[in-house]
Amino acid sequence: MAALRGAATAALRGAAARFRGRAPGGARGAAGRQCYDLLVIGGGSGGLACAKEAAQLGKKVAVLDYVEPSPRGTRWGLGGTCVNVGCIPKKLMHQAALLGGMIRDAPHYGWGVTQAPHSWATLADAVQNHVKSLNWGHRVQLQDRKVKYFNVKASFVDTHTVCGVSKGGEETLLSAEHIVIATGGRPRYPTHIEGALEYGITSDDLFWLKESPGKTLVVGASYVALECAGLLTGLGLDTTVMIRSVPLRAFDQQMASLVTEHMAGHGTRILRGCAPEKVEKLPGQQLRVTWVDLTSDRKDAGTFDTVLWAIGRVPETASLNLEKAGVHTNPVTGKILVDAQETTSVPHIYAIGDVAEGRPELTPTAIMAGRLLAQRLSGRTSDLMDYSSVPTTVFTPLEYGCVGLSEEAAVARHGEEHVEVYHAFYKPLEFTVPQRDASQCYIKMVCLREPPQLVLGLHFLGPNAGEVIQGFALGIKCGASYQQLMRTVGIHPTCAEEVAKLRISKRSGLDPTVTGC
Amino acid sequence: MEGGASGEGGASARDGAEPGAGQSREQGERSGLHSHSAPQLGVWFLDRFCPCGSDTAVLAQPPPPPPPSRAQTFSTPGRGSSPSRRLGNVRGAAGPPSPPGRRARPPAPGAGRLSGAAREELRRRLLGLIEGHRVVIFSKTYCPHSTRVKELFSSLGVDCNILELDQVDEGASVQEALSEITSQRTVPSVFVNRVHVGGCDHTFQAHQSGLLQQLLQQDPAYDYDLIVIGGGSGGLSCAQEAAVLGRKVMVLDFVVPSPRGTAWGLGGTCVNVGCIPKKLMHQAALLGQALTDSRKFGWEYSQQVRHSWATMTEAIQSHIGSLSWGHRLALREKAVTYVNSFGEFVEHHKVKATNEKGQEVLYTAAKFVIATGERPRYLGIPGDREYCITSDDLFSLPYCPGATLVVGASYVALECAGFLAGLGLEVTVMVRSVLLRGFDQEMAEKVGASMQQLGVRFLRKFVPVEVQQLERGLPGRLKVVAKSTEGTETIEGIYNTVLLAIGRDSCTKKLGLEKIGVNVSEKTGKIPVNDEEQTSVPYVYAVGDVLEGKPQLTPVAVQAGKLLARRLFGGRSEKCDYVNVPTVVFTPLEYGCCGYSEEKAGEVYQAENLNVYHTLFWPLEWTVAGRDNNTCYAKIICNKLDNDRVIGFHVLGPNAGEITQGFAAAMKCGLTKQLLDDTIGIHPTCGEVFTTLEITKASGLDITQKGC
Repeated sequence: MAALRGAATAALRGAAARFRGRAPGGARGAAGRQCYDLLVIGGGSGGLACAKEAAQLGKKVAVLDYVEPSPRGTRWGLGGTCVNVGCIPKKLMHQAALLGGMIRDAPHYGWGVTQAPHSWATLADAVQNHVKSLNWGHRVQLQDRKVKYFNVKASFVDTHTVCGVSKGGEETLLSAEHIVIATGGRPRYPTHIEGALEYGITSDDLFWLKESPGKTLVVGASYVALECAGLLTGLGLDTTVMIRSVPLRAFDQQMASLVTEHMAGHGTRILRGCAPEKVEKLPGQQLRVTWVDLTSDRKDAGTFDTVLWAIGRVPETASLNLEKAGVHTNPVTGKILVDAQETTSVPHIYAIGDVAEGRPELTPTAIMAGRLLAQRLSGRTSDLMDYSSVPTTVFTPLEYGCVGLSEEAAVARHGEEHVEVYHAFYKPLEFTVPQRDASQCYIKMVCLREPPQLVLGLHFLGPNAGEVIQGFALGIKCGASYQQLMRTVGIHPTCAEEVAKLRISKRSGLDPTVTGC
Repeated sequence: MEGGASGEGGASARDGAEPGAGQSREQGERSGLHSHSAPQLGVWFLDRFCPCGSDTAVLAQPPPPPPPSRAQTFSTPGRGSSPSRRLGNVRGAAGPPSPPGRRARPPAPGAGRLSGAAREELRRRLLGLIEGHRVVIFSKTYCPHSTRVKELFSSLGVDCNILELDQVDEGASVQEALSEITSQRTVPSVFVNRVHVGGCDHTFQAHQSGLLQQLLQQDPAYDYDLIVIGGGSGGLSCAQEAAVLGRKVMVLDFVVPSPRGTAWGLGGTCVNVGCIPKKLMHQAALLGQALTDSRKFGWEYSQQVRHSWATMTEAIQSHIGSLSWGHRLALREKAVTYVNSFGEFVEHHKVKATNEKGQEVLYTAAKFVIATGERPRYLGIPGDREYCITSDDLFSLPYCPGATLVVGASYVALECAGFLAGLGLEVTVMVRSVLLRGFDQEMAEKVGASMQQLGVRFLRKFVPVEVQQLERGLPGRLKVVAKSTEGTETIEGIYNTVLLAIGRDSCTKKLGLEKIGVNVSEKTGKIPVNDEEQTSVPYVYAVGDVLEGKPQLTPVAVQAGKLLARRLFGGRSEKCDYVNVPTVVFTPLEYGCCGYSEEKAGEVYQAENLNVYHTLFWPLEWTVAGRDNNTCYAKIICNKLDNDRVIGFHVLGPNAGEITQGFAAAMKCGLTKQLLDDTIGIHPTCGEVFTTLEITKASGLDITQKGC
């Protein structure tokens, strides 16, 4: 390492000299490194937001981003998981699947269209083009804000110094007063399963496939697993989800079971209580997967074109050499331990986004945490990121949006006697004409029982759940009570208005099915 | 009549559901105590408003809460078996008194078998006596049971009207007539507030159970506690809520066919010719857009997709039919009497209901709610009623309207124009002055521009002066002559259909409101009410679109109706809050808003005290679809002097309806800009754009989206 560092130092001496005057810690600057006020490791949602905000506030900032190709060789540009292999391509493919449903609805509404085949290649091409334009947009934005971008893989040299290695093996030494780790996570492979790594893919690959994945087995019960399985089904592919125990752990379990119930009705095959044991390649390129039914211990096997692992994500910390800087991680999760200020065990090193322990793995939280951190570092604010009441949406075929506590969490925290749950099964107006099944369209509001019945959580299962939940999340942030929400006049005819009309409590035992309009 | 109290109450509930004129008359006769009340009503009226009457107080302020549990009163031993029956209010359960047949109509001639006219005359006098007084005791001076009863009332300090049958000339005839009315042959025979309590034993039982006291407290009864005129969203919600609260309720609903002959069932504008069919046709148009988009998302179909108006309309009408039926069922379940007749006040507390066949029936009620809504306005130019249609006709039009001229710039006009264009029709909108008057004008212009992008043609500053038919047919061909509002220029256009959407007129003209003195605004034809929806006549209320100066929205009417019923009959005091009511215009690109428009906020708070944050945005779904990146727009108006509180919310984009609802709830909870900033967005949605608004209008910074 020492030799390498020497080479890089020599190569960059000129550049470093230019920044010397501004660099904090002049001594380190004198050693020939590039010096910055802030180094951000990881060019995903959180890292970019933090870097741009700090630059806006006058800091000298660099972003180091490097995408290690997936085991299948998939790689992508600047922007991190959300843009490249997460929210954006996922939602676009979800939209494609929804459009398939609309094509089925259309004849009922008078459109003379017959069911059409779907071309994966067309969709993938369109999605990938959009993602590439976003990659480019991020590059331009960094440039506009005078943030230096290095496409290098970073590792700590000491508490203030990071070494970046480019694709070609070239090294760069960078030092800074503050360092933010925002490297996120990557999908986990079940490496103990024979053939998993060789033949399986993950969400890192799915959205970049040039050809249709064909008949697919999705392994996992996370929202990623359910979303991928849902959209593949919606695109007309034969799709199976294999779930070891419960789907959407940590989400409200009643909602989770409604989500999977809807998926089963929508055509996804769901194998509960099963775990894969082996993946083999058959002569005709197909994959043979053997699994065990955990309750009966019986083995079973099936043939698929694609096996997609969605069993969780691991934080991207392995190559960071965190021990060199003294940054502590949770030995179980591998995530970086942080305090409310996002500070790690080293006072000037911070971690935000999916790599930080105990944080919701969501783009907008990472963005806001990054921006607030930059503002604190610049002395603009002392506000801390509020991680409570973060709304989120699972883009399964029937979308599930929620904010606040699940029913289980509310009961655990306040006791069943102090929790009142209002709920309703409703039918979206648009479902009536094509006679779509609305059995799982359901809303649940979890409140404290004592007046004025503060709202603890809101759960919405139905079309456009993301759009519906957003505003209510604000209401809950404002400390909305059940009474206040019921005084809100509905917008007719929408699905969201049903939230403002929740009258039936679970405790009453009355039928929560909404009738009439 | 002995012991028949609760049973008869049940009968009247059943009768209430089937108010066919002839049939109920018969039942009225059978139940005995039907009132031939027309001659006596004046007397009642005096009674009701005399100082001792409690009704004056009731009118002046919300009524006291009902006894915590009426039902329990009835479940006392020996008093019938209808504790849970919703209609089991005092009158309903306690006796036979007010079946639906209890209407003011002269007795059927020759109903009696015996001495005809004389007998009938006696009967009428008796009923007059019973109805005209609080307590009537038919007694005999020597009868010890009669004496006990008289002593009871005297000990209660209640004045009685006593008819001693052994002291009057026609005593025997009276007793006979009385037994026909009550099927009790003996004396004493006690009536309290028109309810036949029975003989001595029953009267004492009623005293013990508390029923007698309750009956004594009651006002002289009308046919109904509440008659709602108009079976739309507001009327139905009010009627049902009142019924749930144990009141006897009637709904009069009658749809006068449109000039083109379109008529529909129960449920009012929203269900039949408003929100519901409109949103479904909007959805049909959105699906057309989705079909176009779907090719870009990989769905491959080569055929030219055509739209069938008939398929769509049949599907929508069948859904409406089921809703209308659902409303009928809901009324029946709640024991609300529904009469498909046109209601018109003829005197105080009394309406005349005229059905399709012209048959008239009179009903009385203690309280009335007017919820007759509005109907589309016509231009008053040659050819408009003959050849033009309105939104009343469009949704059930049996043929595709073809090339359509929409006259008007109301939200109805733009919504109809929008979905017709989305279904592939050639659409022109003729606008006299501004789009969406009353809405934020910047948003209105953006709505117009987005429609223009879809191919809708706008003719601004023109008004039609004549419509001529060139060709009959389905659709035919019409020539429209229009003249400029600014000069003398006239233009002509040929269309298959002309849809008028220039505004709506309140249905208040033929209600006989002038007969009872309900004020109606001369200018708007609307009914001014106080903050409790009370009109100038204390016992008459109004909800929904007929109200002056209130939002004309289904959920508002529903809420107002429900709260009104709770105030009138449930002892509640909560009033309908007409502030920060969200609304959405379902144009192809939806426009949702809540709170102030920018113009109005400027008037109220002064522009310099406002921060207006705004941005254009590009829905993720539009990127791949290749739709324009600078069409969707978000704007909030904040009051600087009040902690940057959000006082106006505006969004133009897909699913604006779903987005706006939650924000409206948040505004109810005191939303500020800071809270918006502190809230985490849901990614990737359109709604999240409101959590990252940074640019104020005052800054003049560029808000266009560059590529991504």
